[in-house]
Amino acid sequence: MKSLRRRNIRDRVMEVVLMASTILVLLPLLIIIYHVISNGISAINWEFFTEELGSPSRAMQGRPTGLVHTMIGTLVVDFMALAIAVPVGIGAGVMLSEYPDHRLNPTLRIMNDTLNGMPAILKGLFAFVLIVKPMGTFSGIAGAAALAFVMIPIIARTTESALMSIPWTIREAALAIGLPRWRVVLSTVMPAAKTGLVTGILIGFARAAGEAAPLLFTSFGNNYLPNHWTGFIFNPVDTLPQRLYSLAISPYAQWHSMGWASAIVLLGFVILCFTAARLASRQKYQL
Amino acid sequence: MATAINQTSTSEEILRRPPAILYRWLGDKIFSTVIVLLGSCIILLAVGMAWLLYTEGSMALEEFGFFGFLKGRTWDPAVLLEFGTWPFLFGTLVTSAAALMLSLFPAVAVAVFSAEYAPRWLAGIIDNLVQLIAAVPSVVIGIWGIFVLAPWLRDTIYMPVYFWTETNAPGMMPILGNPMGYGMTTATIVLALMIVPYTTALTKDAIKSVPAAQREAARALGATRWEVIRMAVLPYARSGIMAGAILSLGRAIGETMAVAMLIGNKNTLPFSIFGAGSTMPSVIVNEFREAVENLHVSSLLAIGFILFILALIINLIAAFITCKLSISGGQTV
Repeated sequence: MKSLRRRNIRDRVMEVVLMASTILVLLPLLIIIYHVISNGISAINWEFFTEELGSPSRAMQGRPTGLVHTMIGTLVVDFMALAIAVPVGIGAGVMLSEYPDHRLNPTLRIMNDTLNGMPAILKGLFAFVLIVKPMGTFSGIAGAAALAFVMIPIIARTTESALMSIPWTIREAALAIGLPRWRVVLSTVMPAAKTGLVTGILIGFARAAGEAAPLLFTSFGNNYLPNHWTGFIFNPVDTLPQRLYSLAISPYAQWHSMGWASAIVLLGFVILCFTAARLASRQKYQL
Repeated sequence: MATAINQTSTSEEILRRPPAILYRWLGDKIFSTVIVLLGSCIILLAVGMAWLLYTEGSMALEEFGFFGFLKGRTWDPAVLLEFGTWPFLFGTLVTSAAALMLSLFPAVAVAVFSAEYAPRWLAGIIDNLVQLIAAVPSVVIGIWGIFVLAPWLRDTIYMPVYFWTETNAPGMMPILGNPMGYGMTTATIVLALMIVPYTTALTKDAIKSVPAAQREAARALGATRWEVIRMAVLPYARSGIMAGAILSLGRAIGETMAVAMLIGNKNTLPFSIFGAGSTMPSVIVNEFREAVENLHVSSLLAIGFILFILALIINLIAAFITCKLSISGGQTV
């Protein structure tokens, strides 16, 4: 048996090692945030939010360029994706939690986990084959579908666990006063699980909002504003993550600094959703 | 008095209700049908994804044979129109496995530190920051890698190592490769950072599920804090750590944008340590938009199908482990 002193020294050493590892993991995150802010803030100006990108020569000649078409496109595509994903995700979550005896449930659970574990790029390929190929053109709606495939399994999972956390006695009480089953779910269980549902939707949204891979083959990208608002739905649309990728690998220095500017916008947007989700779930635990 | 008023209003409400059969039987029928339809959408999506990737890739798979496509070493979309996926499969497996090895110890260490050593307020901050790593978009890490990390690694690590090898062990040069900064090592380092949160989350879940009695018993025997962790906590949490590691591997295999931006994109073997390489997702991202030949498109989709199978196997293994141990399934961010 080693002496107590050596064992205590070993204890201290391990504490230092573990602390150092934690710093090693968290340091890159802080460095990334620092670089994104310091490089991005100088590239952000008024034109960035009001002008469209245009051709590279526009930036090279110092004429005003910006990403207004990208911002609008991102919001349109993200919210269309949310509109597709929320009913399907919530519906599947309700099925798993409120109809636990349904024959399809074991299959549904496995398929949902499978879908959740699939790389986002495959969801882009799937949306390409499913929507872009028959339509014959890249489009905002195809991008929205691809992002919805990213959101759906996350929302379904969090919905299931949020509804499961509501005690069974609440359902029994509602049934006892004579409510039919659908009213039990819609007016007692789901309102009680509201914060959990919102958290799940925010988490899914934040995850999908940062994805570029599924959008490259579906909404494709566009340097200009469309002539008509339907262009955001049925024609190629620019989105922030995909534009950030194109700007970063382009050979123009002006576009690189615009890439940093879009990085700060994208990171800010994602962190905002993430923080909102955290705050919502914290509220739940306090209650 | 108040209850009496309440009672009358309730009974009035009951009287005002629509006929029971419509309200109950039909309402329940419609509701459960809608719910089941929405749930079936997910099953259809997962099955449809596998099926469509297979049928769209079948042209390439038939042309070269499934295993021929898997083992083929030539990827030439320009002249020969010959496609084999081995370089990309190799690149994916090597970068993912290396990233997992690089990240496993720090990831477990973060979980242990935050669960066992850190005071509660600090543990909260650490957990949130680790989750934030998973939330940072892949492209943001990519642009940081292109303009900050890769040049820094080239100047401070790759070049000195390269020159040292040149004078002391010239035989190693082909293995080391061209130290331009964009290559396998850079991609692996970034991947390692990106998969940390998944291992950490599952490890922490596992540590939290260790019974207090286990800990107290070790304490009562006079163990120091580290000995409690080493002897009572970690062995108990071993399977959770395993599940987290495998789930991280799945994430690493599918990670696309940051890798595509940093790996240098070279389509032919052999890959070298510092030199450019390629992975399955990175080749899809780089070539899919520009692919014109039908066989080329089909080959890229066939790569997608192989990636699907690979991710499926890894997820099933992770699901098997978590299911056996009933740990919450790693849904972190």
